[in-house]
Amino acid sequence: MPTTAPTDPHPGLAAYSEVTASEASLRRFLHGLPGVDQVGAEARAAGLGTRSIKTTAKAWAIDLAIRMVDLTTLEGQDTPGKVRALGAKALHPDPADPSCPSTAAVCVYGDLVGEVKAIVGDRVNVAAVATAFPSGRASMAIKLADTRDAVAAGADEIDMVIDRGAFLAGHYLQVFEEIVAVREACARPDGTHAHLKVIFETGELQTYDNVRRASWLAMLAGTDFIKTSTGKVQPAATLPVTLVMLEAVRDFREATGVQIGVKPAGGIKTTKDAIKYLVMVNEIAGEDWLDPDWFRFGASTLLNDLLMQRTKLTTGRYSGPDYFTLD
Amino acid sequence: MARIDVRKTYKLYIGGAFPRSESGYSYEVNDSKGKFVANAALASRKDVRDAVVAARGAFRGWSSRTAYNRGQVVYRIAEVMEDRRPQFEEAIRQSEGATAAAARNQVDQAVDRLVWYAGWADKLAQVIGNANPVAGPFFNHTAPEPTGVVAVLAPQASSLLGLVSVVAPVIVTGNTSVVVSSYARPLPAVTFAEVLATSDVPGGVINILTGDAATLGPWLAAHMDVNAIDLVGVAGSAELATSLEVAAADNLKRVRRAPGAEPDWTADPGLSGMTAFVEAKTVWHPIGI
Amino acid sequence: MPKKSNTFEYAPAPESRSIVDIKASYGLFIDGEFVDGRGSSFKTINPATEETLAEIAEASDADVDLAVKAARRAFRGWSRMSGKERAKYLFRIARIIQERGRELAVLESIDNGKPIKESRDVDVPIVAAHFFYYAGWADKLEHAGLGANPQPLGVAGQVIPWNFPLLMLAWKIAPALACGNTVVLKPAETTPLTALLFAEICQQADLPPGVVNIVTGAGSTGQAIVSHPDVDKVAFTGSTDVGKAIARAVAGTDKKVTLELGGKAANIVFDDAAIDQAVEGIVNGIFFNQGHVCCAGSRLLVQESIADELLTKLKRRMGTLRVGDPLDKNTDIGAINSAEQLARIRELTGIGDAEGADRWSPACDLPSAGFWFAPTIFTGVTQAHRIAREEIFGPVLSVLTFRTPAEAVEKANNTPYGLSAGVWTEKGSRILHMASELRAGVVWANTFNKFDPASPFGGYKESGYGREGGRQGLAAYLKGASL
Repeated sequence: MPTTAPTDPHPGLAAYSEVTASEASLRRFLHGLPGVDQVGAEARAAGLGTRSIKTTAKAWAIDLAIRMVDLTTLEGQDTPGKVRALGAKALHPDPADPSCPSTAAVCVYGDLVGEVKAIVGDRVNVAAVATAFPSGRASMAIKLADTRDAVAAGADEIDMVIDRGAFLAGHYLQVFEEIVAVREACARPDGTHAHLKVIFETGELQTYDNVRRASWLAMLAGTDFIKTSTGKVQPAATLPVTLVMLEAVRDFREATGVQIGVKPAGGIKTTKDAIKYLVMVNEIAGEDWLDPDWFRFGASTLLNDLLMQRTKLTTGRYSGPDYFTLD
Repeated sequence: MARIDVRKTYKLYIGGAFPRSESGYSYEVNDSKGKFVANAALASRKDVRDAVVAARGAFRGWSSRTAYNRGQVVYRIAEVMEDRRPQFEEAIRQSEGATAAAARNQVDQAVDRLVWYAGWADKLAQVIGNANPVAGPFFNHTAPEPTGVVAVLAPQASSLLGLVSVVAPVIVTGNTSVVVSSYARPLPAVTFAEVLATSDVPGGVINILTGDAATLGPWLAAHMDVNAIDLVGVAGSAELATSLEVAAADNLKRVRRAPGAEPDWTADPGLSGMTAFVEAKTVWHPIGI
Repeated sequence: MPKKSNTFEYAPAPESRSIVDIKASYGLFIDGEFVDGRGSSFKTINPATEETLAEIAEASDADVDLAVKAARRAFRGWSRMSGKERAKYLFRIARIIQERGRELAVLESIDNGKPIKESRDVDVPIVAAHFFYYAGWADKLEHAGLGANPQPLGVAGQVIPWNFPLLMLAWKIAPALACGNTVVLKPAETTPLTALLFAEICQQADLPPGVVNIVTGAGSTGQAIVSHPDVDKVAFTGSTDVGKAIARAVAGTDKKVTLELGGKAANIVFDDAAIDQAVEGIVNGIFFNQGHVCCAGSRLLVQESIADELLTKLKRRMGTLRVGDPLDKNTDIGAINSAEQLARIRELTGIGDAEGADRWSPACDLPSAGFWFAPTIFTGVTQAHRIAREEIFGPVLSVLTFRTPAEAVEKANNTPYGLSAGVWTEKGSRILHMASELRAGVVWANTFNKFDPASPFGGYKESGYGREGGRQGLAAYLKGASL
């Protein structure tokens, strides 16, 4: 995982410093990106959905998907007990099978970071949503305080939301500067920083053109990951929206040498869905992204389905929900 | 002493100009009783060649005019013809041996037919085009476009109404044309050319060759830059018509076949004169945000 | 934990062959029965393995005559049957095609070599849709705007190609029957099997005998149909050379003709195109059905200012194409249909090399048996190259560049063909301008190779005449109607 300090931009990004120098230049750049044809993008995503993978590859893919899960709870009714249970589940998704890997992270509201951290320690990352999640409607000071608070509580990763209002109003530089500022707020005293994921809430941006622009904007601002959704708005993650984001990270690495991760979140519920995403990662971005450092699933119910299918592959028979923990 | 009249030698109409035949030949045109009326240019294969070049050159401009404008231009032909009624009537009486009343009637119908076709310019696409409800997120529509350069072997008998009835549908849809007039009755076609020259029809849109369809037809039918051919001028000559159709296959011309006998031009023309020389173009585009 | 290379492999996911029952030999389908031909026979093979699939009767002139006579006898009853009743037969056929869709798709892939994902997801569904579409017209012909009392022509002789065997059959038979005609159809020599299965479907639907007759054979059988004096209508899809021969053969007759012939379509990509979708459109345009598509986007015209970027993306995308077993659901590009076609592709691509164009193909392992050709692009091609002018009919793309819209139009139209064209730009007014300037019967803007029964299809210039599909498709099978 990248651990460079936020003040240390990658040399590949230097060429883009003029792009982000002013509102006008940033707008020109983002509006100059190639458009996305909705019908064509959706047809491509659907086409990839028809691939079928080898059984041996399937076992590997299921374990990989489990390792990519950011096990998530983001409810008003979340309690210390709930998030501790989730932490335990993330560590040992299938208590009956020690060969089952842990998930990538547990994702919770910032105030509960400490509770989860106490359970998972350094064995599973703790991600906190921040910046007035999910709407992002608060002052900059609040958003930064929200972030610093979570980082101070031990969050390994910060999932921030962009200000969709600002984005849709065309205030791209404002969104850019917010991301830069939040990234700075992710810094820890020891010079490392919490891993930053930027949530676009693609269901509110609506068009794939906007998704592509938001992707480039966030990548130029120095995010580590780009993420589709909060899970609070429908539609959340979809295959085509993820396709557009995968194309963006692929093109960005080609242009700058910097690799950025992608996290679809919300609505991915079945193993079948997860494998379709992995096929897409493989064919669009390439196998470099087939790694929890570069691709995550923001999900809750997905994990139990992955576990059921994993058991099916091992035992040869279908399992049922009674055999997996409900947390 | 009677005045000595000025005998006329008519010329071809190519690219908006009136050249003599490249070959230099002309032929005597007699009236229905065999009395000399005038000399007409005898078009040769080289005149066919020049006329096709002129028609091709005019195609882009003419086909890209608005349909409304093409309708206006065709209507203007009718207006100018109306002005020249006596000349047309005289030409028909001489050529066809028609009575004054019959000649007048034929001019009436010819003018009316032009007016009828003029009105079709901006309606045909609405009648024969359509929106296509395909099973997917696509806008899809079909509309007619002109085929290109159309060779027209004009009828041999009906010297004006027949001529107008085959030329008007070809050009009102945006094609350009090379017309071979009636061999024995070319004078109304010559007068028609003079009307065209003083109307708003751009040069090259209608080119009129006086001469023999049996001689010129094979050159037109085999010409690789002609897109379609109307064989009505060889109606009744089955063998010639067949050989022209065979030659036309070399570049897959659209062929309007020759009937067994020249049709009754006073009948309702229907749409076939226009639909024979248009291409349906279908355009797809995704519908998305 | 294993990671990266060779761990995330697609499984061979072959569609089961057991669903189809291929007989050792097939006769002709005449007057509702399978009968032995009086001529010789030929073999049809699986182009992916070169295995012989079945022995097929080659219809002689006498066989064709019997078929035409059967069609003529059936015409009386079929044409007088109310449209409402004819419609029900067509609806029945459509439904049976859906029900037996898997079987038809597998058989098509075995006999033709096309990937199962195309036969299953494209060919067969559109075949069924085509019968549904024209079934609905059968009792509405007087409302089609093609004359007050539309009348069928009589017996239609139909000759179809090997690239979309069942789909071309549907394009021919569905409108013919809807309008009240009866048909004698000849499938291509290398791909007769789905047409013969369709004959069984006609029996299953209790279609009156003689309404559909299927005669198998090669060129001479086709000639016998086209030149038969009691055939009122000729419909042909295939090469431009054969199309011209047909046009000559029917000269001087009253036979109505529609011809759907070759193409060398330009696929034009402007610098403002939605580039990722344009890449998909280029791939779909030329590699769909191994490039055995008359409307294939075989000439890529790319604006010079983005040529390098586009080609980089295109090559990367081509690297993910999977060539191999047509019955594998993961296969993108199947087998070339015949040894003859493969030789033709090799000849023309050899000429491309000799003329100095740069050939590129992604690394891919081709099976040892069968007929295969890797997806290929030629760059540095100009209008003067033969590979920019002649139809290759294979997975081979010629790449040319242009500077301005006017140059793109000029190059695109600089061909004797005029079947289809593609244009990619995000600027609406430019799309409409290009769509109107391109001399082609189908213009795909920001998409390519889309087909639908409601959408008329057919060419300008030497790509043929007449339209198939849509309301216009009816005109080909009714007296007096055009377009």
